[in-house]
Amino acid sequence: MKSILDVQNLSVSFAVYGGEVQAVRDVSFDVKEGEAVAIVGESGSGKSVTAQTIMRLIQTPPGKIKKGKVFLDGQDLMSLSEKEMQKVRGNKIGMIFQDPMTSLNPTMTVGKQIMEGLIQHQSLSGAKANERVLELLTLVGIPNPETRINQYPHQFSGGMRQRVMIAIALACTPALLIADEPTTALDVTIQAQILTLMKDLQEKTKTSIILITHDLGIVADICDRVIVMYAGQIVETGTKHEIFSNPQHPYTKGLLKSLPRLDQAKDEPLIPIFGTPPDLIKPPQGCGFCSRCDSAMRICETEIPEQTKISDTQSVRCWLQHPYAKEQGSDAGKEASA
Amino acid sequence: MIRYVLKKFMFMLMSLFFLITATFVLMNAVPGSPLQSEKATSEQIQKNLEAYYGLDKPLIVQYGVYLKNLVQGDLGISMKKKFQAVDKIIGDSFKYSLKLGLVSIVTSVVVGCILGIISAMYHRKFLDNFSMILAVIGLSIPSLVIAPVLQYLLAVKIEAFEVAGLNRPMDYVLPTIALSAASIAFIARLIRSTMIEVLNSDFIKTAKSKGLAGHLIVWRHALRNSMLPVVTFLGFLMANVITGSVVIEKIFAIPGLGKFFVESVSNRDYPLIMGITIFYAVILMISRLLADIAYVLVDPRIRISGGKAGK
Repeated sequence: MKSILDVQNLSVSFAVYGGEVQAVRDVSFDVKEGEAVAIVGESGSGKSVTAQTIMRLIQTPPGKIKKGKVFLDGQDLMSLSEKEMQKVRGNKIGMIFQDPMTSLNPTMTVGKQIMEGLIQHQSLSGAKANERVLELLTLVGIPNPETRINQYPHQFSGGMRQRVMIAIALACTPALLIADEPTTALDVTIQAQILTLMKDLQEKTKTSIILITHDLGIVADICDRVIVMYAGQIVETGTKHEIFSNPQHPYTKGLLKSLPRLDQAKDEPLIPIFGTPPDLIKPPQGCGFCSRCDSAMRICETEIPEQTKISDTQSVRCWLQHPYAKEQGSDAGKEASA
Repeated sequence: MIRYVLKKFMFMLMSLFFLITATFVLMNAVPGSPLQSEKATSEQIQKNLEAYYGLDKPLIVQYGVYLKNLVQGDLGISMKKKFQAVDKIIGDSFKYSLKLGLVSIVTSVVVGCILGIISAMYHRKFLDNFSMILAVIGLSIPSLVIAPVLQYLLAVKIEAFEVAGLNRPMDYVLPTIALSAASIAFIARLIRSTMIEVLNSDFIKTAKSKGLAGHLIVWRHALRNSMLPVVTFLGFLMANVITGSVVIEKIFAIPGLGKFFVESVSNRDYPLIMGITIFYAVILMISRLLADIAYVLVDPRIRISGGKAGK
């Protein structure tokens, strides 16, 4: 399948007092046509920054795209001017944000907010745009679209607002939809509804989706492929099944182990990953996870592990999986690093 | 909405009553009388005059008579301005104050908003610093300094404008600048700080993600959300500016209301003091009411209602 988005060696930094936070470090991945890819990782792992960089929504300064290319349909987004980029945003890439309570303009009717993108990109007439908005509202499952179209966001519940956000993002039928933690701010039953809606819509529109989340349950629900980020780097990628049944990176394993299970005894404590992520003003010389890793070796402290292929679809950045370590056995690996 | 206005109206009447009472008592507590003058008048004439104006009666009776007349719409006759009715004095002079006031309100809001928006859009860049320096200057130099400087430079040296008076449209330029400098500066700072906050909010990011251009985002999404504090300020500004600025009127020789207010107090012209005070109060209250109503127009989340249901 053709890839619709191709991110190559993307690095993004933010200037802060006393240095530079290297939020995204050398990230490469691609998204195929009609595919749903999840980017998971804890807060500060760089997943949102990656998404906002694709849209060129990070503020520069303080943000800075240090290097890297992002190809959308063969066009490098990082080299476009702001004007050209405006034609991409909302038109070829739609975006859904985390908090639907604050993501809509409180002083503008919902209909107008959905319409804006349509008028901007497809230069529809007022009546045509209105028709399309009604269609979109029905599509995202908002009852009584004729009355709802003229209402303001405060007259909508959180879940309904997120549906409106989805309608805004999908208004111009973009090739790619970026959802930045779309369910984090919603309660659990509404989360399920929104996810079902997104799944349905993806089947209908064949849009590719990048879903940013820290909720592995959501990932299992709607994604085909998973990218695990840690400390600004991609530590592991693979299909959903590979990641859940055969995780290779100690961080991925830790994440999965820390999830509560239905068959778990009530008083059994959850297993956390101890420690905290490294300070990205001074990122560690070696593997970012090294200080929290149970099986860290000496080489992990000094060298950033290379991307190692496990299968056609799965790859991992960990010295334990490096061919050299495999060849020598893990004991030999430790010696070799010394 | 109608219930809200009616309720507000009742409150306005009540506060007006307290205001009238307090002013009446305070005015009479101040030593001196409108009938005192440098000219020696015989005791009989003095007595006749007092009887004519009703000043010989006890205070409580005078108060009753004043209230009775007021309810009938009679503000009385000036004691100093040769039998001129108070409402006519107010009417004649308010014309000028109102015209100048409206012109400078519009100027303040338009110029203030533009400066504020520019500052917010170019936050921490040259244009921002430039207009904020202008704002600080506008706020810190009092109008009684700005006005004569403008007169000297633009009217005396260059002779582009008249020094004083309000006869042609061009005559409004100098007093308007002097009168609105401070409020321009205030509004600019107000808009700037709110808009910087608004521009960082999530829905602006949404607007950007739709592919809107920067100026459209500011115009359609940020401006309306930054207007609320300005509306609040506008309520006060309206009352302040419309009722005339004593200083500006004095400097530009404008026969406005402010001048009469000051004169009436130093002359102890009781009916005029009362009349202008009541007039000011009514204008202030109406402006506040208008500002309240304007909130609803600016922000759909604000609902006005008379009962407890109001948010």
